[in-house]
Amino acid sequence: MSPRALIAEDEPLLAATLAAELAALWPELAVVAAVGDGQSAVEQTLALRPDVCFLDIRMPEMSGLEAAQALAEDWPDDDSPFPLVVFVTAYDQYALQAFERAAFDYVLKPVETTRLAQTCARLRSALAARSHVAGAPAAGAAPTGAGSSGLAAAVEQLRTLLATSAATAAPAGPAEPLRVIQAGIGNAIHMVPLDEVVYFEAADKYIRVLTASREYLIRVALRELLPRLDPSRFWQIHRGTVVRADAIAAAEREDSGRVTLRLQGRPEKLVVSRLHAPRFKAM
Amino acid sequence: MDLAATATAEPSRERWRRIAMRGLRVEAAALVIAVCLWATFHQDFGFTLIYSVCISTMCWLLIDIGRSAVAAWLPSDPAGGGRWPGGIWMVAIVGVGAVLGYAAGNEIANWLTGLQLPGPFNSGPRQTLSLLVMALVPAITITYFFRSRETIATQRQAVERAERQAAEQQLKLLESQLEPHMLFNTLANLRALIAVDPARAQAMLDRLIAFLRASLAGSRSGAQTVAVELERLRDYLALMEVRMGARLATRFALAADSAAAQVPPLLLQPIVENSIKHGLEPKKEGGRIEVSAAREGKTLVIRVRDTGVGAAVALAPGDGGFGLGHVRERLATLYGSAASFELVPADDAEGGMLATVRLPFTVEPVLPAAASPR
Repeated sequence: MSPRALIAEDEPLLAATLAAELAALWPELAVVAAVGDGQSAVEQTLALRPDVCFLDIRMPEMSGLEAAQALAEDWPDDDSPFPLVVFVTAYDQYALQAFERAAFDYVLKPVETTRLAQTCARLRSALAARSHVAGAPAAGAAPTGAGSSGLAAAVEQLRTLLATSAATAAPAGPAEPLRVIQAGIGNAIHMVPLDEVVYFEAADKYIRVLTASREYLIRVALRELLPRLDPSRFWQIHRGTVVRADAIAAAEREDSGRVTLRLQGRPEKLVVSRLHAPRFKAM
Repeated sequence: MDLAATATAEPSRERWRRIAMRGLRVEAAALVIAVCLWATFHQDFGFTLIYSVCISTMCWLLIDIGRSAVAAWLPSDPAGGGRWPGGIWMVAIVGVGAVLGYAAGNEIANWLTGLQLPGPFNSGPRQTLSLLVMALVPAITITYFFRSRETIATQRQAVERAERQAAEQQLKLLESQLEPHMLFNTLANLRALIAVDPARAQAMLDRLIAFLRASLAGSRSGAQTVAVELERLRDYLALMEVRMGARLATRFALAADSAAAQVPPLLLQPIVENSIKHGLEPKKEGGRIEVSAAREGKTLVIRVRDTGVGAAVALAPGDGGFGLGHVRERLATLYGSAASFELVPADDAEGGMLATVRLPFTVEPVLPAAASPR
């Protein structure tokens, strides 16, 4: 079967050009979707399961980085291989360092043909190696075969990427640590001390702030809130969930490998994503 | 010792260096005084020098400590960098310091030499007066000298700091206009257009050239008409239209009677960039930017409205970013309270933000003197 690709790029001319150049360099590659934002990239990738994703970094609403993270968190546990991700960016020296450390392929805009040819060659050999490995155990019945190992490798890469970009981006934004959450309800502003927050949950353009007794909505993006929380007290466990470490009663690992948290003061159980699961190990 | 200097947190090495320099100058003055006295009265030079040094040093120490202590305690006089108290205080400090310094220095010199020369408190009134004049004249002269030097140094530092800040502002503004992400994405689009639509590529390149020329030169000249200013915005927005495709629509409205009105060049650029970057780029379906300029009585009103994502609610009252802060600063420097800038959520169903700039309607160029500190 010929390899299939998805392109996520919000500038239409650039998306068309990337598709045209790929067609010239790698005629067998079929571009099955071209989308203009991160959310559609995630949805289309989950639906179409392409072999390769070209993700622009700066896109409306959800960046390419966040899209890759969302894919790794939501990728199904069946054996379908996780797509090879290539990041596309115009200029971002911190991101480039992070990509290199995490062994992600990337191309710079304007995309040079020779550089893109190198990337295509690397992608081809990676796909060839993958189908070779996948072909071998296909006769036997190994349920955790090549597909999930591709996923595991991608998850590991993303962990490195997130850690590196968090470390390199930190000095740029000297955000003041937050002490209270100011939540507006009607005409009143409620001052919610951070100690009372059990967890934060992203909901569309809002964040739900949950304490033992109440729930508040604040109109802030989680990525803006995160740098202002003390990372030793507030743990991100999913791209949309941040929990106060002291409020975690227990972490339970299911047979499927999935980790869920029981909380003090709240009845909900929180799902820990693949990316953040290694945090919950016995001492 | 130098109490006021500690208060203004001057680096301690620099502080001690300056104290040592003042001490050296005082001793040099003491030597000159000794030579003058010796030449006048033909007494023993060694003894004259000892008395001169002791009295000068004590006068200096008392006056220097006195003025530092008073400066630390008083609301500071900005001309002296907060280290020198004002006129009447200085007169009192120099007077008291010179008398006490004379007495103390005389005692020390008596002790060193074994002589018993009378000090200001134990000699006849005429002698006391002449002795005091001898102490006061150098004390006043030297204190005045030190104070002038330090005032000049402080003023020079202030000027240098202002120049450095102005240069940094200029650089930051240029950096924000020639943001690499914007430039490289524009170039990527241009590269794409060359292959598929050379004529459009050429038009885009012309826009880019005009934009670069305005960014590099415009921010330094005095004023231009609002018609030219809007043309520069058209260049920038035309580049953004190529990049964003159907996601960006622009609309310009310039009232005929306002076209000749003067505005500071590139004043509106940061406002439009802000609309793109924080309003439309983050919005999946994109939107529209409307720029309008019209006369309202004696005021020129320029509005930039977008239908973007609207105000991001900051966790703390934010600064509004560098670009918008710069707009406010320029207006304040050029027009004082006669101009204003506000950025508020647009109050209709389409949402987004509305920026309004109001400035005095003039058709003569604004004097650029206040605009650039150079």
